Amino acid sequence: MKPTDIKDPEYFHKVVDCQYACPAHTPVPEYIRLIAAGKYTEAFMVNWESNVFPGILGRTCDRPCEPACRRGRLKDTEDEEPVAICRLKRVCADHKGDVKSLMPPIPQKKNGKRVAFIGAGPASLTVMRDLMPLGYDCILYDDQKKGGGMMRSQIPSFRLPDEVLAEEVNYVLDMGVETHFETRVDSMKEILDQNYDAIFVGTGAPRGGDLPKLPGRQEGDANIHIGIDWLASVAFEHTKKIGKKVLVLGGGNTAMDCCRTSRRLGGDDVRIVVRSPAKTMKASPWEIEDAKGEDIPMFENHVPKEFKIENGKLTGMIFELVEAVYDDNGKRTLVPTGEPDVLMECDDVLIAIGQDNAFPWIERDLGLEFGKWDLPVLDKETFQSTLPHVFFGGDSAFGPENIITAVAHGHQAAISIDRFCSGENVTDRLPPTVNLMSQKMGVHEWAYDNDISNDDRFIVPHADKKKALKDIKLEVELGFNEQQALDEAMRCLNCDAQTVFTEDKCIECDACVDICPTNCITFTTTGEEDDLRTRLTAPAENKEQDLYISGGLPNKTNRVMVKDEDVCLHCGLCAERCPTAAWDMQKFLYNVTKTYNEKGPQLTPETLKERRKDEAA
Amino acid sequence: MSYINPQFRHPCSNTNEIGCTRKDYEGVISTLCAGCGHDSITAAVVQACFELSIKPHTVAKISGIGCSSKTPAYFLSQSHGFNSVHGRMPSIATGANLANRDMIYLGISGDGDTASIGIGQFVHIARRNLNMLYMVENNGCYGLTKGQDSATADVGSAAKGGIPNEFAPVDLVSMALDLGASFVARGFSGDKEQLVPLIKAGLSHKGFAFLDIISPCVTFNNTPGSTKSYAHMREHMEMTGKVDFVPEEAEIKVDYKPGEMTDITLHDGAHIRLNKLGDDYDPQNRRGALAAEEKAKEKGEILTGLLFVDPESHDLHDVLGTTTKHPLRNLDEKTLCPGAKALEAINETSR
Repeated sequence: MKPTDIKDPEYFHKVVDCQYACPAHTPVPEYIRLIAAGKYTEAFMVNWESNVFPGILGRTCDRPCEPACRRGRLKDTEDEEPVAICRLKRVCADHKGDVKSLMPPIPQKKNGKRVAFIGAGPASLTVMRDLMPLGYDCILYDDQKKGGGMMRSQIPSFRLPDEVLAEEVNYVLDMGVETHFETRVDSMKEILDQNYDAIFVGTGAPRGGDLPKLPGRQEGDANIHIGIDWLASVAFEHTKKIGKKVLVLGGGNTAMDCCRTSRRLGGDDVRIVVRSPAKTMKASPWEIEDAKGEDIPMFENHVPKEFKIENGKLTGMIFELVEAVYDDNGKRTLVPTGEPDVLMECDDVLIAIGQDNAFPWIERDLGLEFGKWDLPVLDKETFQSTLPHVFFGGDSAFGPENIITAVAHGHQAAISIDRFCSGENVTDRLPPTVNLMSQKMGVHEWAYDNDISNDDRFIVPHADKKKALKDIKLEVELGFNEQQALDEAMRCLNCDAQTVFTEDKCIECDACVDICPTNCITFTTTGEEDDLRTRLTAPAENKEQDLYISGGLPNKTNRVMVKDEDVCLHCGLCAERCPTAAWDMQKFLYNVTKTYNEKGPQLTPETLKERRKDEAA
Repeated sequence: MSYINPQFRHPCSNTNEIGCTRKDYEGVISTLCAGCGHDSITAAVVQACFELSIKPHTVAKISGIGCSSKTPAYFLSQSHGFNSVHGRMPSIATGANLANRDMIYLGISGDGDTASIGIGQFVHIARRNLNMLYMVENNGCYGLTKGQDSATADVGSAAKGGIPNEFAPVDLVSMALDLGASFVARGFSGDKEQLVPLIKAGLSHKGFAFLDIISPCVTFNNTPGSTKSYAHMREHMEMTGKVDFVPEEAEIKVDYKPGEMTDITLHDGAHIRLNKLGDDYDPQNRRGALAAEEKAKEKGEILTGLLFVDPESHDLHDVLGTTTKHPLRNLDEKTLCPGAKALEAINETSR
């Protein structure tokens, strides 16, 4: 194998598993350390800079970071659970001080470029946040009463209170966005005719899946609802009640929200019914847990067959029982078991079986091409459509994803729009900003706290169930208090404290090999990766994690250093025991380049502090 | 300060035959200098005991004074231990062994502790063939007192002070061979592939097993002019053969052609395999071992590996013909106080 090129920003980025897994690449260990230090405001700003909605995401994020967390791969007496990254993010939003003064100033003198935004969801808000400080005029159109898009219409208020949503949406809108709420855009042509310099489409995936052909669908329509539409109608307080017996069809997060909302609007017997085995349900495990906690049973392998209608009114649903059979290629088919069909009585049915994009309002003769599944044809990196000044992002770009992905799209689309409006090449983009800083303070002292906690993952306290089920606005999760936040934050391994190896200094004394608690380090002759992995001190079976390989060592032993990154604790003991400082712990800070980085200094706690000092003076 | 040893271990950590993990054989975190060869020896002891599935509480680790003698704190924290007076580890080991022959005795000493202040004790424990493993962590200098040359420093070898040593060195291996030690070997802290099997063989050998381990002192004696530095050892190490230790139960899997390997069966049925590397080396020939050691020294090489073993040797208990086969602490009241009649009988023999 060739020696590892640690100058490639992606090498160490990949070691910071949480940050790498985050679509917006939020520097997770960085803000967790700030939380542990009680610097909630700074922690909030680190988040805000990279994901725009810390308080919202701290409650609702799909958290791709947590399954990636290195702590989840460790073993103490029993298996470890990942750090509660998402809930720690909420902590900094809950406990922060004044943040508005730390946000970038908006120039009074505009740059003369006007950008229209269709849809006020997370993608549009992110683009606006990245463009407003540069002097753009942003004009926003949305058919809802307030900003937030699906974060407002589809996430129930007992998971995301209105104040939290409004606060973080307003940080963007208050930058001086020209808003046109309750204004539905019915024609792209009309927007194009207004000669905007650029247009951003962030209209989400607004069409909920239906079962149009199922017998009884038309007759029972008054009591059969499309999940996301029904949630929106609850959010805007058009719907305030539901029947006592409710069936929710589908196993995704929308289904969980539908059933938990139903429990609060009068549903006593609320059931989730899915076609396939429960373990293949798409909902996040914690959302399934929360639904179960509110006495919502789940019925698996029930395929909807018919809506039962009596006297023109829905009275129940008939399901066929199936089992999942997998062929040699792993392809699944649901085969009827032959058992008698199941009838479940109900007053209402909520259909939450997925959602799709829909662009009925974009005329097809504008030069804006559509491809597979009626999705716009876009450049995957620039989000530019075939009409050069029209950009897409969020769910409307490549189909339904999640908030954090929409934010990641937004940052990139903003760069594209800025480059486009400045007459620069849109595909010509800057690499991420990267910083590697030694953490050495003394012989046994590092700038980060390597005495990590051995505690199990802390559980976020919940509101009293009886009260919660009576009040749809009462937030269920209470969030960590400061002590719990500190305890949980101390579980973080600081994976961004990288083990940097300088081969020229190594004398091959084996001190690092001997001390490493997880046997990550080996000195051996080099070889091909598959062969090397079998010759290491401890098995290196997780091929998703790289091997860090040095060049030839200066001691004529014909060996190289091989470090398996998989379960490195980042404890720094290798560097503490190294007599020649061939190992050093260096903090790796990776930031996705944003529009304002191209032209000005980066928003970091350090630069923010500087700015505060300047203001005080 | 972070003298912290995290609790987490590799998720694939396996257990040995008695259900212990490697962690169960570790001790507190080392306070020796970073890069000290002694820490590698510590790791080798942990590895050897783990692989031999030794019950930690059946081991007594005994040491004298010095950097080396601190190391028993860093391994086998569930074992018995005695950090004795400077150079007096052999006396303590002898007393303990005579009182309880069932324990595994692991003596840890250094070049100062053995070749200077304790040399009188060392020669006698070797000639008495006490059943123990005696390890010398040999760095050729007095590290705890700022790196003065020790009695094992070679002529011409210069430590950090820069002044070459002018006194002839004590060669502990030659001495042990000459004094009748029944197992003599030399290892290097930087070569665990060789060191771990040597420790395992030494622990399994019945009788006095002497293991001289060159262990560079990174702080004071890892200089270009030193003959006990990592670089010098790597360049001048010569091996008698590649050592394998095969426990009794293990099936013999590798086939060696005759003449390529010497197989020695120890008293408990385990085997030491010596895969020959170059010249014919007979590890059961004491005079041959002495000659090979002399020859290597003449060439400026450091001979390592298993130098000599006598698997049939008689240890101190055999020679003295001690009566009971059990540890003294296991004697019951009746045996300890046999009564007036027995006393009378003893007194009668002196009249």
